[in-house]
Amino acid sequence: MTSSRAKLMGWFLLGLVRLLTGAQARWYGCPPKAEQRIYFANHQSHADLVMIWAALPAELRGITRPIAAKDYWTKTPLRQWITTAVFNAVYVDRARTGDQDPLEPLVQALDNGDSIILFPEGTRGHEEEPQPFKAGLYNLAQRFPQVVLVPAWIHNVQRVMPKGEVVPVPILCSVTFGAPIQLEAGEERRAFLDRARAAVIALREV
Amino acid sequence: MNRFLRSLTPAEQVGALFILVFGLLTLVTAALIVLSVRSRHDASEQRAAAHADWWVLLKTSWFMVSIFWIGWVLGERVASALFALVSFFALREFISLSPTRRGDHRSLVLAFFVVLPVQFWLGGSAHFDLFTVFIPVYVFLALPLVSALADDPQRFLERNAKLQWGIMVCVYGLSHVPALLLLKLRDYEGKSAFLVFFLVIVVQSCMVIQHLAARHFPRPPAAPRISRSFNWTTWAVAVLAASSLGVLLSAITPFRPLETLAMGALACVAGSLGHLVMKALKRDRGVTNWGAQGRSVTGANGLLDRVDALCFAAPVFFHSARWYFGA
Repeated sequence: MTSSRAKLMGWFLLGLVRLLTGAQARWYGCPPKAEQRIYFANHQSHADLVMIWAALPAELRGITRPIAAKDYWTKTPLRQWITTAVFNAVYVDRARTGDQDPLEPLVQALDNGDSIILFPEGTRGHEEEPQPFKAGLYNLAQRFPQVVLVPAWIHNVQRVMPKGEVVPVPILCSVTFGAPIQLEAGEERRAFLDRARAAVIALREV
Repeated sequence: MNRFLRSLTPAEQVGALFILVFGLLTLVTAALIVLSVRSRHDASEQRAAAHADWWVLLKTSWFMVSIFWIGWVLGERVASALFALVSFFALREFISLSPTRRGDHRSLVLAFFVVLPVQFWLGGSAHFDLFTVFIPVYVFLALPLVSALADDPQRFLERNAKLQWGIMVCVYGLSHVPALLLLKLRDYEGKSAFLVFFLVIVVQSCMVIQHLAARHFPRPPAAPRISRSFNWTTWAVAVLAASSLGVLLSAITPFRPLETLAMGALACVAGSLGHLVMKALKRDRGVTNWGAQGRSVTGANGLLDRVDALCFAAPVFFHSARWYFGA
């Protein structure tokens, strides 16, 4: 399905990310496995998406679709081509327009049986700790109880390319995947989101 | 045997050396495979750990020897490029563990993508005068300037010192290894690969001897908070043993036996003490190894742990050789 040009670009990006960051994946709490999953992670840089994509093993990369911010990743034809052809990303509209459900594309992807990569903060944070999570993760967890929720901590990426810079700097980064969490019966939305956020933060110290 | 070796051309002599080294490595690897298969039944944890140690050492040796071989076969330019790559990965490890701020971004870009290639190009094209002063004189001014323009005074000296240090060790130090290949010494045309071999063998044996001696004959450490194994007695023994080993190799160096002893000792002292300095740096960052068995958050694989002695020994060795024996 993917064109050979997209494949080449994929290899090139993978090589580049590995050369610059090492793209090390650390599986603590669950093995890399081809089941339907929602990976949710902290978000500090647009490169997070590339990073977590590169850290996944090749077999999972094909069935896992990252969520990309529509305004940023469709700004230029190149970005759009990379996110569609190489990453097979799902776009979400951050600026909510009309009464369309912003989660609709995600729901479609999960209905298709794909795994997704989600950044529940919704936007990039600049603090040490991630911002409070938005409700999307809760809604998806409620709607797809069979999908495994895997927290992930992306380490160091913001140092590779801070906001406003164009040339990345080589610094080692890693993605730590933790033990899956579940939405308990009758759990409140806020409580669940805080628990999910704590699960992500806890991986920083592993 | 000796007469036969002398009758060979320099290139054939170097080739013979590589055959010898690869042969030795193959033998040791085979022996270790046999040992680990045999001890699989009564695997005590201590022995397993020792075996793992040896495997790591062996893997590094294979890796380094292959790099040298590829570099020698494909010429000095390729050797410089290969060492530039090693230097790139070492600097990446170093920077990952030093906290940098956003204001450092441009200096880091400069360090990785300008300073590093220029330094290795200067070495690879034998511009040794500029090669010697480029980093300590020009880069020393340029990098803090770029950082200052980023308008962030917080911990300015500390951040810049760390970056300078990283460049000095990982780029300046390592760039002197391939530069040895191009160093013109009296009556030594086409044989500089031996000089690199001599340096690496002497320094690495010094490190291994020191490591083994400290493990089997533990003595009170000289600086326990920096290194739990370093003490002056084992250090002196290791330096002496390794430079004596170097004397056995004096036939392949351009030096007379006593000179070989002095040059070997110089390289060993610089390398082993440099290693101690790097240990202090690591303690400052709160890690014991740059790699920590590949499980560290940064994903560093400990390349710097293996080459840091060489980073300190190579410049000292290079410049002494150039001054006293240069053509």
